[in-house]
Amino acid sequence: MSAIVILLIASISVAAIFLAAFIWSVRNGQYDDDFSPPQRILFDNKPSATNNNE
Amino acid sequence: MAEASVHNHLLCFHCGEVCPTGNITAEDKHFCCEGCKMVYQLLNKSGLCDYYSLNDKPGLNQRIPVRKDKFAFLGDEAIQRKLITFSNDQQTHITFYLPQVHCSSCLYLLENLHRLQPAVISATVNFTRKEISIIYDHNKLSLQKLAELLTSIGYEPYISLQNLQNHKPGVKRSLIYQLGVAGFCFANIMLLSFPEYLGLEAAEILLQGIFRWLNVLLALPVFFYSAWPFYESGWKGLRHKFLNIDAPIALAIIVTFSRSLYEVISGTGAGYFDSMTGIVFFMLVGRVLQDKTYQQLSFERDFTSYFPVAATLVKDGKETPVSLPDIKAGDTLLIHSNELIPADGICTRGKACIDYSFVTGESLPVNKEMGEMVYAGGKQTGSAIEILVIKEVAQSYLTRLWSADAFKKNNEPKSISFVHLLSRYFTYILFTIAASAAVYWAFTDSSKVWNVITAVLIVACPCALLLSNTFTNGNILRILGRNKLYMRNAQAIEDMAGITHIVFDKTGTLTTTAQQEIDYKGLTLSKHQQQAIASLAAQSSHPLSRALAAYFGIIKRLPVEEFHEIPGRGIEGMVGDDWISLGSHQFIVGTPGSAGRAGEVYVAIDDKLYGHFSFHNHYRESAAPLLKTLASRYRLSVLSGDNPTERKTLQQMTGNDASLLFNQQPADKLQYIKKLQNGGERVMMIGDGLNDAGALKQSNVGIALTDDCNNFTPASDAIMEAGQLRNLYRFIRLCRANKQIVIASFILSILYNIVGLSFAVQGLLSPMIAAILMPASSLSILLVTFGSSNIAAKLFRF
Repeated sequence: MSAIVILLIASISVAAIFLAAFIWSVRNGQYDDDFSPPQRILFDNKPSATNNNE
Repeated sequence: MAEASVHNHLLCFHCGEVCPTGNITAEDKHFCCEGCKMVYQLLNKSGLCDYYSLNDKPGLNQRIPVRKDKFAFLGDEAIQRKLITFSNDQQTHITFYLPQVHCSSCLYLLENLHRLQPAVISATVNFTRKEISIIYDHNKLSLQKLAELLTSIGYEPYISLQNLQNHKPGVKRSLIYQLGVAGFCFANIMLLSFPEYLGLEAAEILLQGIFRWLNVLLALPVFFYSAWPFYESGWKGLRHKFLNIDAPIALAIIVTFSRSLYEVISGTGAGYFDSMTGIVFFMLVGRVLQDKTYQQLSFERDFTSYFPVAATLVKDGKETPVSLPDIKAGDTLLIHSNELIPADGICTRGKACIDYSFVTGESLPVNKEMGEMVYAGGKQTGSAIEILVIKEVAQSYLTRLWSADAFKKNNEPKSISFVHLLSRYFTYILFTIAASAAVYWAFTDSSKVWNVITAVLIVACPCALLLSNTFTNGNILRILGRNKLYMRNAQAIEDMAGITHIVFDKTGTLTTTAQQEIDYKGLTLSKHQQQAIASLAAQSSHPLSRALAAYFGIIKRLPVEEFHEIPGRGIEGMVGDDWISLGSHQFIVGTPGSAGRAGEVYVAIDDKLYGHFSFHNHYRESAAPLLKTLASRYRLSVLSGDNPTERKTLQQMTGNDASLLFNQQPADKLQYIKKLQNGGERVMMIGDGLNDAGALKQSNVGIALTDDCNNFTPASDAIMEAGQLRNLYRFIRLCRANKQIVIASFILSILYNIVGLSFAVQGLLSPMIAAILMPASSLSILLVTFGSSNIAAKLFRF
């Protein structure tokens, strides 16, 4: 029986982590703009990277 | 343009337009104008030529230069303070709206702004909103210089009066959080309820307790947080003495939760936490789908987002920028070419040639002499003029329209969805069943009364109706959005299905301002003469000249010497060996023209009158077939701010039953809609300009038509791309299908309800049966609504 209780705690906490991740990603604005990020990664010099190099 | 003619011409390396002359070059690349070449050289110098390799010819045409001091108003402290979002000793944050952003090249260039201007610390583009957030060092770079930098590479920030007044409301995300929480709790409660369904052995009674109490724990956030929108809306409805669909749903949620809690505490059962959280989750999904918003569009715009932030004030011979709300009667303003007149006034210097097409619907620019009145909202198309302000911005003719009644009752819904009425009947029937079951059990077995009442309320909440409604609406909104009709909300679908009268605006809606039909009458022009006329016309920025240049299409331009433009009258110049003049009858012949119409341009070559070009409104190709289709099904009206010269053509298109009204002022249009509504009509208004704003707001469904969704559109219930006008009738039919689908899926859900109720009235509703019924009905409704709305869309060939 104790095995089940441990499993329960584990499964709910894993689900809670995903919930937290979901809320964080929404709050972070990750769904606001679905065009820029996939394009940005393809540019040779990322804006911030060049800043550091120069 | 025909494919072949394009190949013969050089295309500009920057913007992809045809180069009129082949002699603007840099590093063997051709450009259409100096502006484009300058942008290229600037990018080349900074090593940003990836801009051109990401997309072919991504640039924006730079042929019309932006006036040098256009952004001088950004030097004003007060204006600056209102625009910037954050500032400290080292840096300032600002967000600009850049309507020109359209591809990944734009993104690349704008986010590399710091390579063009080291004082820029970072630049981030939000592509969906077409906004750029810039952090820059204000000690090294002024805001004005920053705006000018963006303009110099082709992205002129759009700063309107609205930016001064309020900041955009943030995106509302609470519904998404509520959905997330509900989903999490629902899934876990389902999992924890399985042992209960399958039955536990007596030895594991302790485990059962743990499961049940965990369920209670998980149901709490759903009950208190996720279901909040239903309580709120239901309560709001009750306070206004209106029983909407959310009230019985809220009641069912509360009853289910209380009874489940009671069962767990008393140890008599496991409760219905799984069903309750499940239904809340599905209903929230429906809500989220239905409340889809178009971030890049705004349905709430008024004149403030059309008006500029500042104007140029002339005082003691000095020009200073002044923000619009600070303009007072008696001020003298300098209005440059292509600038908007911000307040009513009297023209005191220069010749005004004002394009009112957006404001009043007149299709051709109006000439105003010194001493004549000019109204706010018009655009000066000639050279700079000065006006003496006689009314403040808020008091001007156009802006006063917004204090009309139609704009006051802003937030109240125009109509009530049939879903609420349906749910009301449903609720009454439900209460009757609950009451009669209670009476029956009171005589048979009084211990079961509460059990039965709560079971009936749990099973038969109208959540299925809400589900079918929100899911169908959500899907239809998406289908319409894919076809470039963007609805403000789901209620607009229903309103659109029920209309009886359609009112069209003429200028810009049935006709297009981008194109004009031109007829030539007179002596035949040789190829060379046509070329000469086109070359001369291309020199001027007057709308008629531009239309004329476009009329001749792409032919090689000849050099023009001694070019003169006499504002409001005509243009002349030496092309090759010919002296060409184009202009009004007065200008060419010397006497006032017989017709006195502005839509005629006379042409003389070497002082010999050749003939004249007459300009007609160009109707959209789709206008005639659309009106024909609609005429047999709806009553039609056409309102025009223009003169009645087009009456005959229009009457032919609309049929004889339609009413055509001309010379309509914005307030007249509003009154006309009101009159129709008082006569019991449900009116759909389709318009495009500020002059239609009042009518759009007043009508049951107002659709703003636009050639480019980034442009200004007046407040409306829907925004439609102009090319989709042809599909209007199919859109209406799809909206009508929407209601049928909702009703069909509702009937389906009633079948489930009957099954559930038959258990409930017998007092046999076990959590297991509820747990099977709930997802089964929700999922099948979901399938039916999605499937049938997609089939309907296919049927109407979307």
